[in-house]
Amino acid sequence: MQKPDITIALAGNANVGKSVIFNQLTGLGQIIGNWPGKTVEKAEGLLTHHGKKIKIIDLPGIYSLSTYSQEELISREYIAQGHPDVVVNVVDATALERNLFFTLQLIEMQVPMVLAINLVDIAKKKGITINYFRLSKIFGVPVVPTIATKGVGLHEIIDHAIEITKKEKKETQSKIRYGSEIEKRIEILEYELKQTDLKYPLRWTAIKLLEEDLEIINFVKQIAPKIIEKAHRFSKKIEELHKEPCSAVIASERYATASRIVAKIQTHKQPQKPSLGEKLDEVTMHKIWGYVFLFTLLLSILGFISLFGGWLTEVLHNLFEQFNPNLTGFWPNLAWNGAMVGFYASLSVALGFILPFYLIIGILEDSGYLPKVAYLMDRPCHAMGLHGKACMPLLVAFGCNVPACAGCRILETNRDRLIAIILSTLVPCSARTVVILGLVGAFIGIQYAIALYVFDFILIFLIGRLLNKILPGTSIGIIMEMPPYRTPTLNVVFKQAWVRFKPFLLTAIPLIILGSVIVEAMRLTNVLSIISDILSPITVTWLGLPAFTGFLFIFGVLRKEAALVLLTTIAGTAEITSIMTPLQMIIFALVIMIYIPCIATIAAMVRETGWKHALAITFFEIGLAILIGGVAFRILSSFF
Amino acid sequence: MPKEQIEEYLEAIYDIAGKDGKAKTTEIAQRLKNAPASVTEVLQRMSRNGLINYEPYQGVSLTKKGENIVTRIKRKHRLLEVFLEKFLHLPKEHIHDQACKMEHVIDDETEQALCKTLGMPTECPDGLPIPPCNVNVESCDKCSSEKISDKQQRKQKIISITSLKPGQKGKIVFIRGGRNVVQRLCDLGLTNGTEVSLLREAPLKGPIEICVRGCKIVIGRGVAEKIFMQTGET
Repeated sequence: MQKPDITIALAGNANVGKSVIFNQLTGLGQIIGNWPGKTVEKAEGLLTHHGKKIKIIDLPGIYSLSTYSQEELISREYIAQGHPDVVVNVVDATALERNLFFTLQLIEMQVPMVLAINLVDIAKKKGITINYFRLSKIFGVPVVPTIATKGVGLHEIIDHAIEITKKEKKETQSKIRYGSEIEKRIEILEYELKQTDLKYPLRWTAIKLLEEDLEIINFVKQIAPKIIEKAHRFSKKIEELHKEPCSAVIASERYATASRIVAKIQTHKQPQKPSLGEKLDEVTMHKIWGYVFLFTLLLSILGFISLFGGWLTEVLHNLFEQFNPNLTGFWPNLAWNGAMVGFYASLSVALGFILPFYLIIGILEDSGYLPKVAYLMDRPCHAMGLHGKACMPLLVAFGCNVPACAGCRILETNRDRLIAIILSTLVPCSARTVVILGLVGAFIGIQYAIALYVFDFILIFLIGRLLNKILPGTSIGIIMEMPPYRTPTLNVVFKQAWVRFKPFLLTAIPLIILGSVIVEAMRLTNVLSIISDILSPITVTWLGLPAFTGFLFIFGVLRKEAALVLLTTIAGTAEITSIMTPLQMIIFALVIMIYIPCIATIAAMVRETGWKHALAITFFEIGLAILIGGVAFRILSSFF
Repeated sequence: MPKEQIEEYLEAIYDIAGKDGKAKTTEIAQRLKNAPASVTEVLQRMSRNGLINYEPYQGVSLTKKGENIVTRIKRKHRLLEVFLEKFLHLPKEHIHDQACKMEHVIDDETEQALCKTLGMPTECPDGLPIPPCNVNVESCDKCSSEKISDKQQRKQKIISITSLKPGQKGKIVFIRGGRNVVQRLCDLGLTNGTEVSLLREAPLKGPIEICVRGCKIVIGRGVAEKIFMQTGET
């Protein structure tokens, strides 16, 4: 990336629209969604504004500079140590009090900032009016009302940010005054810190020391250990006076300040009627109907995709087979059975299963339904040693396991994260859905496909319970913001699906076509049977499958959906019934469902948990799949 | 000095004191199975705290303050005896010792609930009178016809947020829990004195959804149980 003239960081509470602003400004496809914790990594993008190159950093949502979960730490570290030229604090106009609580902390840190009040259109609908001019006067920073989804106000943000960098750094920003018993102690610490050459703002450091922030303590300890002792004494004294921890006292006072400011600048006419979102909550979060809705929704999604995918596969098959020249010989076979069948089969997988899946997941994410599931499923999650928040990455895993692994960072402890990652690799992702629905659903019946899903959910639950027993520690409870429902915008949903779909088109389809050509070549030269023979003790003897499936399992490590496409190649037709019995299809889908996360997921696991865990999980799942497959074969063979 | 010890001393003096309302140091020492020297020391301290009148060689008597405390303890003790006998059917010889231990730990709310549940008894199993409660009501009948929370004493009633009914509001009094959890709740706006309303609860002791400072927040049952509220009902 070229060296930028200015770096701007977007910071603020979760779910206020930082990623939307980022996408609008940079034109990049940062995944966005209406659930807290969806951005877990910082993203960078470049923008040229009036001839200046501006780097934009999108940070994960954060409620306070005292950190709680891993993704919040990323934000705080960047704000405190990354030295962005300007921080754009994005705040939600409909929840000003809580958002300004964070703004006040940024002001304490004396970072150069612009305040972007987002979602002003929704606030207006709720009867909230805000005096931006007055707010700007109070804080001493520029304030810009924005509607990020429509791009309103975004250029003003950049203009103000550039303006700020031109100015000499002055202390124009206001301060919060705490109670005298705290203020007195801040001053003493500030004075002592002045004697050291600290790179953080003094007053902020003093406050952080009183709050007993572990990282700041460790940092100051290296320079001036005596100050730490003093700060600790002060902190205990304040605790004694207020009968609660000093950090809570300071948080209370900050909130009181935020509340006073909001009272000055905001008028709120309470709407008489409950909003549509609240009415929806009554159903979707209901004790009974909430669950009925959830399971109906999941079933209808599977049903719809199964029907649609099956239909499209047939249409494409018939369409392309019209042109089959039906030539014999090595090269024509390689070209048609290898490349061409590989092409249209992967196209039907892409358009019939994966794209609709991504669209539906996008709608769910954008609407704000995911946190409702977290609420509903919190109790069942406890049985697996997790809490409800884990449901959000687990639902994302239905689309693809890779972002789900990273998404587990929203969980607070390493133990919770590990359990959630393991479980999310067992969630049938869109690729596995292709195999389950495209094979079992299409050729045997949708009820068998659903039975496989149910079995997988039970398996996930049992493994969760097992992990909960094995891994030491217990989960702390869920504490999560519940965002309101928002109408998903088609534009966003399509863009979102495209962002996820593009890598599939660009890497998976060529890979599958290549795989298909290789399989066909090996079939024609009998190499396939050699590989299959080596694996046949497992595939044939133990699992009761045709010998050629051995190669499919190996290739499936790259892309699981490839297993179905290559099956078509081997059959030389989309009529897989000619080469596999119904029982074999079920066992095949079952093993594919469990046996190993694909290579991309393994890579994601390595990044999140390290080599050792990733390998252990991979081998565990291979063993589990073979075991379950063999047992299922023996049990089910008496029914088929 | 521990509260329990003071209460034991006051009880001993109350039990021993005859018509003149005085108890001798040696008698107290015997009853509590303590050395007279240490008893004297404790009595002197209690005298300084205004619980008893202590005159050397004359014995001690309860002050008004001391008497108030001892009647409340006696009330709890005798109510507990009734409870242990009538409800738990414990053998008579055990109930006194048990009650002696329990009387120091139950609070006023439990005491009142006991009184109501037991049908407002006036005597303990040994036939000794149960002193009246100090709730500001005209009669026991009136007490039983009203909710405990409606009475004057209960101005400070503190309940867990999970005990609220959906739609009910309260103010946070204190939050128990680890530093991290308390900090996170504070950061989300659940600071002391903040008004919070309960929106809904998930079934089977699942999480609750609350509204605080105009935002909706979901909190797991385990954490929520440690958030204590004042409902403002007087």
